[in-house]
Amino acid sequence: MYMNYWAHFPHEADVGIRGVGASKQEAFEQAAMALAAVVTDPQRIAPREEVTIACSAPDDELLLVDWLNALIYEMATRKMLFARFEVHLTGGRLNAKAWGEKVDVARHEPAVEPKGACYTELKVTQDAAGAWIAQCVVDV
Amino acid sequence: MDLQKFSQQSETEWRVDAFDRMRVPGIIFATEELIRQMDQKVFEQLVNVACLPGIVQGSYAMPDAHWGYGFPIGGVAAFDPDRGGVVSAGGVGFDISCGVRTLRTGLRTEDVQPMKGRLADALFRRIPAGVGSTGRLHLDASEMDAMLCGGAQWAVERGYGVKQDLERIEERGCMRGAKPMVVSDHAKTRQRDEMGTLGSGNHYLEVQSVVKVFDVEAASALGIQEGEVVISIHCGSRGLGHQIGTEFLKDMAIAAADSGIDLPDRELACAPIHSEIGERYLGAMRAAINCALANRQILTHLLRHAMQEVFPGAELALIYDVSHNTCKVEEHPVNGRSMRLYVHRKGATRAFGPGHPDLPEALRTIGQPVLIGGTMGTASYILIGTKESEKHSFGSSCHGAGRQMSRHQALKNWQGRQVVDDLAKRGILVRSPSYRGVAEEAPGAYKDVSAVVDAADRAGLSRKIARLEPVITIKG
Repeated sequence: MYMNYWAHFPHEADVGIRGVGASKQEAFEQAAMALAAVVTDPQRIAPREEVTIACSAPDDELLLVDWLNALIYEMATRKMLFARFEVHLTGGRLNAKAWGEKVDVARHEPAVEPKGACYTELKVTQDAAGAWIAQCVVDV
Repeated sequence: MDLQKFSQQSETEWRVDAFDRMRVPGIIFATEELIRQMDQKVFEQLVNVACLPGIVQGSYAMPDAHWGYGFPIGGVAAFDPDRGGVVSAGGVGFDISCGVRTLRTGLRTEDVQPMKGRLADALFRRIPAGVGSTGRLHLDASEMDAMLCGGAQWAVERGYGVKQDLERIEERGCMRGAKPMVVSDHAKTRQRDEMGTLGSGNHYLEVQSVVKVFDVEAASALGIQEGEVVISIHCGSRGLGHQIGTEFLKDMAIAAADSGIDLPDRELACAPIHSEIGERYLGAMRAAINCALANRQILTHLLRHAMQEVFPGAELALIYDVSHNTCKVEEHPVNGRSMRLYVHRKGATRAFGPGHPDLPEALRTIGQPVLIGGTMGTASYILIGTKESEKHSFGSSCHGAGRQMSRHQALKNWQGRQVVDDLAKRGILVRSPSYRGVAEEAPGAYKDVSAVVDAADRAGLSRKIARLEPVITIKG
């Protein structure tokens, strides 16, 4: 079993986000956690409300960007932050659930709003040990 | 950055001759100190842009260039539509028409100092700023389309500002060729609650003192003098622009191969100007430019109301409004003949020199103001476009300081509360909904804006007119 985790990597103007998981799905879930952490400490977000998300793309990398951009859209239009994710991938299609709550400025102290996920440093790949990595740069 | 591949043309011009797939040379305008500080990725991105179809004359980077996505931030490139030229969503960026406007207040710094606490509170109360903030204006479908067609002109017609403002905005406040019908429902929904909001990140509203005038005649033509107070707003097209950028980046990445474009990197996603997707993007991007112009106009209206609370009778006149993430159709001389080009400026400011026909009459003798935002602890600058810049870089100059440190590293180095307290000790009041946001935007996370501006001045891209220092900063 691999440890699932998320991380940020440096980019001069924006933020690199990376999810690592035992499966591609888990790497996508962890990448979403990394996205949430761009805005605030994910531990401050209560997973109260459920939102469903579906998207599709011709390859894994475009699908990762689509998934993150779908989350950014939900965050922007619902004024919500998310901290728990369940992703299912089948043949270029993503079906997911995200749990979170409305932005509470005093409690979340949101640092910055993500504008969009882009193709810079975009990778969905397996490392030599077999762990899945899903990463890209997010414009903030 | 490794300078081995560059040949130095002058103190501030560094050239990479075209090699491999490059169609034109790459040129960076910077001092040696600034170019050495640039990430190697700027070189890669400068070269990649030089490979795109239809690029004309050169792939340029301004003195504040840094690693972006696709194009470097601080990148300028012009494309000829009749030679397969492209339009690139990544070459404009997500925050379409992000820009700066500066207004003069007619007040002296000594008048504002004793009242600055009250003014900071009034501004923070009236200007929606930060993640999750919403504006008071909610547009229905027909008003949304009218705003996307009319920009700041629409806003003034609805009572947000005065007609004189429009003279001092690029395109007289309204970008022609906008097509609201090609803007997706998602983009319009994302904008629904965001009209008249500042946003977050490096966006701000700042009360500034004019501490130094470098050119009295030009400053006087702009109506500014040492010791006076001006107010600047830095923000863009909010969620609508972000969503348009997101959607077209994907559409262009997928469609590039069908158009016969072999992209050096997918992040350079682009489409021929003469193509269905290229024309659709241009219509949507121009609508986003209008959204940004309307947004800054509404924020100006809110600012004027806040000023009335504290300084009744104060009249705020717009000095100028610039956009630094755009693609615009412009005439430029290339090899002795005038060409109609699609000029991408991503993190670069238009800097037309004196006499340019696109400038309003009041500015035609001096040139276009170039408004450079700094950080909450350093300085901002007003420069003016030059004839030289029209020769060097399609009439373009820098746009800001540029980060020298990632947000992640800034969070490790500074605590937001401490940054606010330190700035307060220096007489600068910061109001922000997020201490973490303040830490990520700490002045030390940015390059030296004065070095960038000096390089732009020495390279002839624009001329220094005035230095502004912050008194109050409202951060998102």
